[in-house]
Amino acid sequence: MSGRAVRAIAPALAGTGGARARRALAFWARRPGLVASVLLIATVLTAAVAPGLFTSQDPLTGVPADRLLAPSADHLFGTDQLGRDLFTRTVHGAAESLRATALAVGLGLVVGSAFGLVAGAFGGLVDDALMRVADVLLSIPALLLSLTVVTALGFGTVNVAIAVGVTSVASFARIMRAEVIRVRDVGYVEAAYASGVRRPTVLLRHVLPNASGPVLVFAAVEFGTVLLAVSALSFLGYGAQPPEPEWGALVSDGRDYLATAWWLTTLPGLTIAATVLAANRVARALEAEETQDREPLP
Amino acid sequence: MARYVAWRLAQSALVLWAAFTVAFAALYLLPSDPVSIMAAGGGEANAVSDEQIADLQRVHGLDRPLWEQYLDRLGNALTGDFGLSVQTGDPVTEVIAEALPGTLQLAGAALVLAVAGGAGLALLATWTRARWLRQVLLSLPALGVSAPTFWVGLLLVQLVSFRWGLLPAFGQEDWRALVLPAVTLALPTGAVLAQIFARSLRTALVEPYADTARAKGASRARVHFGHAAPNAAVPPLTVTAVLLGNVLSGSVVVETVFSRSGLGRTTAAAVDAQDIPLVLGIVAFGAAVYVVANLLVDLAHPLLDPRVTVGGPAVAA
Repeated sequence: MSGRAVRAIAPALAGTGGARARRALAFWARRPGLVASVLLIATVLTAAVAPGLFTSQDPLTGVPADRLLAPSADHLFGTDQLGRDLFTRTVHGAAESLRATALAVGLGLVVGSAFGLVAGAFGGLVDDALMRVADVLLSIPALLLSLTVVTALGFGTVNVAIAVGVTSVASFARIMRAEVIRVRDVGYVEAAYASGVRRPTVLLRHVLPNASGPVLVFAAVEFGTVLLAVSALSFLGYGAQPPEPEWGALVSDGRDYLATAWWLTTLPGLTIAATVLAANRVARALEAEETQDREPLP
Repeated sequence: MARYVAWRLAQSALVLWAAFTVAFAALYLLPSDPVSIMAAGGGEANAVSDEQIADLQRVHGLDRPLWEQYLDRLGNALTGDFGLSVQTGDPVTEVIAEALPGTLQLAGAALVLAVAGGAGLALLATWTRARWLRQVLLSLPALGVSAPTFWVGLLLVQLVSFRWGLLPAFGQEDWRALVLPAVTLALPTGAVLAQIFARSLRTALVEPYADTARAKGASRARVHFGHAAPNAAVPPLTVTAVLLGNVLSGSVVVETVFSRSGLGRTTAAAVDAQDIPLVLGIVAFGAAVYVVANLLVDLAHPLLDPRVTVGGPAVAA
């Protein structure tokens, strides 16, 4: 990905070229939504890696005297029925939710790309067979396919991640295949073959790097969708088990207090919605850069 | 055309068979021992004696080689027999048939809302000349696809039912209790529809035929609704099957949030209890909905868009 955003920010960071830095500044200034999205994603990632930076309280043990307190300066998100600070639990939940999301996207990316690479590179019967498998995977509604895998593997965060990842394998495979077909007959690939390089090497060293841009952008696009799917499965009770905090599970935990403690469901849910919205906004920017950057091949 | 239909029918049957096989493989191959999972599914893991396990194995045919079970299940499935639910012992087909009406009602209402809302939003966003209104309208679908369905449902219950007391949150008899779940289920689907339709409308409005209509003196409304909208409706139609799948999937979450009985609730209960035959039956049903919807859309496509000619092997259009 050689996106304009990336190119624009790089010189600004390096501190060279006043004109380019000004252009970079203008690029971001025109897109306040994108700036906010990037900041939010950075915050959530930081919370996942180092929750201690945001809160010093324990996500698992509560203070019985502080049961079901409404949001205040002491407890930004209020407290739950056991007197645990909900903000702390939401911050600590980021790690679990994002780990599952990253695992699911990673699974789809790696397995799907491998299938797509093989299908596109070999063509013929292999291609036909693999793409028919992709068609079949797409014919089962995503959540039902996930639930099938959860039923077979059992509950837990990792199993939920695998279940969600399986549903995006087919889409990744299709995109990778299309890209591989686009670059497989290009001059430098033919040159590599002509100079005696073996097929696996050509595929990994020349085809894959040049085909991976749109696939990586799609991974960014998938991030929001996958986070939603992971949260939904946790909400249904198939993911992280109590008392472990996880975003979808937090919303589910608050269901019994809908009438009395609105914050228990509203605030963790809002966190999920905001993260997905921000991730989608960033993905859309990357996508726009990608399509714009797509030069006609030599 | 007849050959094309026959070819598409055969293709659909093949996809359905493959979907059944994938689900069977996932459910029967992945766990090392489906019986103990099934036995443990009902309650505590060790509450089942060895005889009971052997019994279960015999009833569900799990004591036989896997390929034999597969052929058996597949053969029975072709006649509409998906075996017995582990939870209740009732035939899977009956369980699904019993749960279906509740979900059809919910999904039907949600689809009507999604199409009306999504299309209305897209039409209004491309019609209005007010820049701010257009931008607000076009940014709404992004919110719709980002909000978790279960959260939207709970928010609606909290505000509309508990705080304002406008509509009942739960219950199945009163039509008013259908409003909130239907809105919740419609939101993500309507948002996707609005995005696709708005994009295709904007393309259609600058097509040469729109200019021709304008040059011939057609009013703005005539060009917009008479010429551009019907043509722009084709891209959203082609994703009908995916949207139906989304609604079916969404019903699992929505029915859980609103405690409605239906196929979604049944699905969640089946996964909870690791009721393998029932899960297999429901997945096959979901795949059938997708495949049939796709088939119908494909067959209708040439009628909607004369430029599309029927494809397939050696078929003269």
